[in-house]
Amino acid sequence: MAQTPNRLAPFYENLAFERESNRMIINFGPQHPSAHGQLNLVLELEGEEIVRSVPNIGFLHRGMEKMAENMIYNEFLPTTDRMDYIAATSNNHAFALAVEKLIGVEAPRRAQAIRVVLLELNRMASHLFFLATHALDVGAMSMMLYPFREREYILDLMEEYCGARLTHSAIRIGGVPLDFTPEWIKMCEEFLDHMPEQIEMYDKLLKENRIWCMRLEEVGNISPELADSWALSGPMLRGSGIKWDIRKEEPYEIYDEIDFDIPVAETTDCYGRYRLHIEEMWQSIRIIRQALEIYRDTPPELMAHAPEFISAPKEQMMTQNYSLMQHFVLVTQGMRPPKGEVYVATESPKGELGFFIASDGGPYPYRVKVRAPSFYHCGILEDLLLGVQLADVVTIIGSTNIVFGEIDR
Amino acid sequence: MAQHQVNYASSGGLPVALTTIDKLVNWGRSNSLWFLTYGLACCAIEMMASGAGRFDFDRFGTIFRASPRQAEVMCVAGTLSKKHAPFVRRLYDQMAEPKWVISMGSCANTGGMFNTYATVQGVDRIIPVDIYLPGCAPRPDTLQYATMMLQQKIRRESMDRNKSAKRFV
Amino acid sequence: MFRPYQPKDDVQKKPYYTDRFLVVPELPKEPITEERLAADVAELEKSIGIKESYMMAGRAVVIIQPQENKAALALLRSRGFGQLMELSAIDYLAQSGEFEIFYELLSIERRQRIRVKCRIQEKESIESVSDLWRAANWQEREMYDMFGIIANNHPNLKRILMPDDWHDYPLRKTYPLEGDEFAQWYEVDKIYGKEFRDVIGPENRDPARIDRYDTKRFARLGHEVQYGAEPKEEPTPIQYQDQRRPVLNDDLDPAKSKVLDKRK
Repeated sequence: MAQTPNRLAPFYENLAFERESNRMIINFGPQHPSAHGQLNLVLELEGEEIVRSVPNIGFLHRGMEKMAENMIYNEFLPTTDRMDYIAATSNNHAFALAVEKLIGVEAPRRAQAIRVVLLELNRMASHLFFLATHALDVGAMSMMLYPFREREYILDLMEEYCGARLTHSAIRIGGVPLDFTPEWIKMCEEFLDHMPEQIEMYDKLLKENRIWCMRLEEVGNISPELADSWALSGPMLRGSGIKWDIRKEEPYEIYDEIDFDIPVAETTDCYGRYRLHIEEMWQSIRIIRQALEIYRDTPPELMAHAPEFISAPKEQMMTQNYSLMQHFVLVTQGMRPPKGEVYVATESPKGELGFFIASDGGPYPYRVKVRAPSFYHCGILEDLLLGVQLADVVTIIGSTNIVFGEIDR
Repeated sequence: MAQHQVNYASSGGLPVALTTIDKLVNWGRSNSLWFLTYGLACCAIEMMASGAGRFDFDRFGTIFRASPRQAEVMCVAGTLSKKHAPFVRRLYDQMAEPKWVISMGSCANTGGMFNTYATVQGVDRIIPVDIYLPGCAPRPDTLQYATMMLQQKIRRESMDRNKSAKRFV
Repeated sequence: MFRPYQPKDDVQKKPYYTDRFLVVPELPKEPITEERLAADVAELEKSIGIKESYMMAGRAVVIIQPQENKAALALLRSRGFGQLMELSAIDYLAQSGEFEIFYELLSIERRQRIRVKCRIQEKESIESVSDLWRAANWQEREMYDMFGIIANNHPNLKRILMPDDWHDYPLRKTYPLEGDEFAQWYEVDKIYGKEFRDVIGPENRDPARIDRYDTKRFARLGHEVQYGAEPKEEPTPIQYQDQRRPVLNDDLDPAKSKVLDKRK
């Protein structure tokens, strides 16, 4: 069949040579399997060495901040799933926490324990995904299959809890919608028992693997000054030797009652960041075990009591007239938080995920600004790729662990 | 499917040889579908998961290829933004015939929940789509179901795809 | 019957009902009592001059003159606020013809955060802080992209999220959510050209629209027909392989297959 006529300019080569100098310009992406999404990198090469890199983003810009201005608060919550889609609950949680701070509500203790368990499960899923894709990019093909296998267990747990594999919406403003069942807890504990030997197996496969070490060591060094300047956070910041974790320093939920360590990378290169992700998985296992302990002796309330903003529990709604009326108002018109601005930062698997919400007292937020960690982790590619070899580009992109739903929003 | 079965005895016996070649070619085509890794957003993660161990996409003869020149099924997995739209068309043009398109997920089908200025309201505005797979995000097993539907569609096709009418876009 | 009045300067969604007696509560503004933050604010007051300072929802907020933004941020940076976590703007053009620009600063060694705000008129521009923090480079590009606020002395001020040839600034309140005409036809104009607008047709943005008789676009599950054929009511049997299955493939025999109770 004849080609459908279109106006796109002929585009035969992905390379451009400049006659005068020895420089070559390479277009990397936006459809590149190692770009972790739709990243377009324009790389200027001198031989094999990169002398200039320009990341172009925005290929997944979906206008979420504009959507938020046209939605009531509860309506926007499922949209946040699609930001960092590898660990969706962390986005839900960050948004719910920001709104809770705006309306001055705190989730009940059981909801907090459930949130912590879900958040850490998501962190493990995200780190497993990081490990799988990073290893695949570097060339460890079989290493992709093992973390994906364990990630499926986490997805099964999330599915058992909230019914969705990927886009969970498992957290509501003011609490969580569902309680854990005893079977779920049993499943979760089985998973936690199963996980350590798997992580040890990843270590056996990668930790002292000569090719893996040669590809990762001394590649992509981030100095603490550069990390500060680019506002890095999460594993990228800890990967440059700065000990900073919002769970510890500005604790939210029940993180201040839980005993866990903040791993800091020993080296500032990609290998250090890879070790850091593994260590964080060990810490997540510790946190989930303790959170499940805390969960066991909490009163069974799941949603905060704030009738002005949050619907009553289902039983009450079905039996009491006023609760039902209030529910109608909250669903059709939306809650009206007080006028003001809040910025709440949480530690998502990628780093500091913050929601800035400016409210004018109406049911629609006046402005929502998402502080996405990957935005900055992608920006640092401007500086980080200078002077490295072309073959190391995918290693560095892989170790930054960027997600484009979050960068472009 | 059943109602399209040709009674060779009554149709003069003429298309017998041709139909057999059709069958053979379609058998080859439908059982070695090579996918272009067109991961755009959340659905790409499910596409990867279906390629991984638990769902094992390779059972269907599918292999993910990164180059459009080697692929024959473009699985548009995720939200297509207006900035990205020309690239989809370009990659589709670069794919060799025969080629098919699976539009995976609500965003690719209709724009989905992103009814905004930056989102293309359905990839069928840019490229012709064979299978629309609903869901947000569709599970890996539904992607496999969509692949099986595509295989059925391919088996029904004539070998010479130029004869069949194709939508303009 | 009159058309309801739609203000042109703010096309965002509006609540359909607001109680006449509604008094919008406000988050309280408290004085800054924490010692080190108070010292910062006093230093700012002394060297630059501030308009207002308060605590809101546990966050120290300082409002400064827009001309002084770089000096104020440099001062705060020298006092330990080493990271610029967030920088963006809020559109108050409909209310007062101004943009509000906010900077969220974090000090890792002091474990504190502070927010610096300033307001500029629509046609004014602001001094770039991208030589203080590299992160501001991209943040200011995004602010320019979304609001059209120009940062002076920025090394590379061009659009970041939207395409370079985009028209208008999406996050302004005057910009509709579905986009203007340019946005709605963007991909068609770019790929095929304007003359193909009629062929391809306008976007369907009605999320509830379903035409089950349109077999060119959708197949009814369980009632599939050929592309473009008449829809039919009797169900189409769905099997793994249809009757024209290829020679070498086997049919699924449910009697021979095994269902696992538990995953391996």
